[in-house]
Amino acid sequence: MAHVSASVYTSHVPAIGAALDLGKTGEPYWQKVFGGYEFSKQWIKEHRPDVIFLVYNDHANAFSLELIPTFAIGTAAEFAVADEGWGPRPVPKVIGHPELASHIAQSVIQDDFDLTVVNKMDVDHGLTVPLSLMFGQPEAWPCRIIPFAVNVVQYPPPSGRRCFQLGRAIRKAIESYDEDLDVQVWGTGGMSHQLQGPRAGLINKAFDNAFLDRLIAEPAELAKMPHIDYVREAGSEGIELVMWFIARGAMSDAPPEVVHRFYHVPASNTAVGHLILENR
Amino acid sequence: MALDKPYQDIPGTTIFDAEQSRRGYHLNQFCMSLMKAENRTRFKANERAYLDEWPMSEAQKQAVLDRDLNRCIALGGNIYFLAKIGATDGKSFQQMAGSMTGMSEAEYRDMMVNGGRSVEGNRRIGEKR
Repeated sequence: MAHVSASVYTSHVPAIGAALDLGKTGEPYWQKVFGGYEFSKQWIKEHRPDVIFLVYNDHANAFSLELIPTFAIGTAAEFAVADEGWGPRPVPKVIGHPELASHIAQSVIQDDFDLTVVNKMDVDHGLTVPLSLMFGQPEAWPCRIIPFAVNVVQYPPPSGRRCFQLGRAIRKAIESYDEDLDVQVWGTGGMSHQLQGPRAGLINKAFDNAFLDRLIAEPAELAKMPHIDYVREAGSEGIELVMWFIARGAMSDAPPEVVHRFYHVPASNTAVGHLILENR
Repeated sequence: MALDKPYQDIPGTTIFDAEQSRRGYHLNQFCMSLMKAENRTRFKANERAYLDEWPMSEAQKQAVLDRDLNRCIALGGNIYFLAKIGATDGKSFQQMAGSMTGMSEAEYRDMMVNGGRSVEGNRRIGEKR
């Protein structure tokens, strides 16, 4: 049977992708960011999953205002890299896992989570920057990836609690898949940041570090935090953090092993947070 | 009953909710069109003519021509859509975000390197620091 072995959490700042693509990783400004992922690159070499279930948000690239799905699961065989306006990132295309993705869709929809099923979707920096941070610059991504897009562009996004419950349903779906697959669930976005208005540039280190502590220790309690607290404390775009609960909910109910934790300010406008949790 | 909007007392922040989305629909869809290289070329060749192809308000068109992102947001724009204008102009996300704060590009960059804008005094309108 398939199983969830670990979860990875990381910010997905577009400037990180640009720094990699333009060969700036050695600059002192960026060394402070990429240094926090050196351990992770080694770890993933030793813990390479068969499939990554990658939770992210689209940033007005695959989805315009014509269609705003709250939860969208990518069931295609492959996904092209989006041109976000600067030209597509020079990274490999994403190879999906249509069989497992369709199995998860059927299972969680029957568990009352009304997903949108997507068979054609370009993927943007929200999905590709985490892959770059963990895998560097390979010719091809070393595993299959199921893109799972969450609306955090038009308010309101789903609640943290709903995301946490969905994560649990995804875990159940994965564990009922017949093939023996090692699956990691990744939650991306955040941490504190605001990209708009005179309050742009907001960062809240105390909030972010408390969020990391509580995501590890008491995720069900933390998931009850209302949207307004994210906006007020962590900036209008800090609300992306609700996506981390899908990955956390997909983990076993037993306390996880914290194998890596990293936090740094800034990458461009954003606080970078990163965790790797393993199921014991 | 009116929608509950508890976020309206946050300073310098416009939440892109259903109402803003409705107000800014054509403005944001115009921005979306700039994802195609040929549209970016046409827009740059004659911005006014390109904007006139869209059923946007005159105020929205003027805000785009002025590159006044705060005004664009007040008129229903969303930053992820507006970023397509910045991409067309060759601007980074940090340059765009900084342009809304009244700070110079260097001041904004330095603020971020020094830990960003503090939340103290920035939670509620009228809050004392």
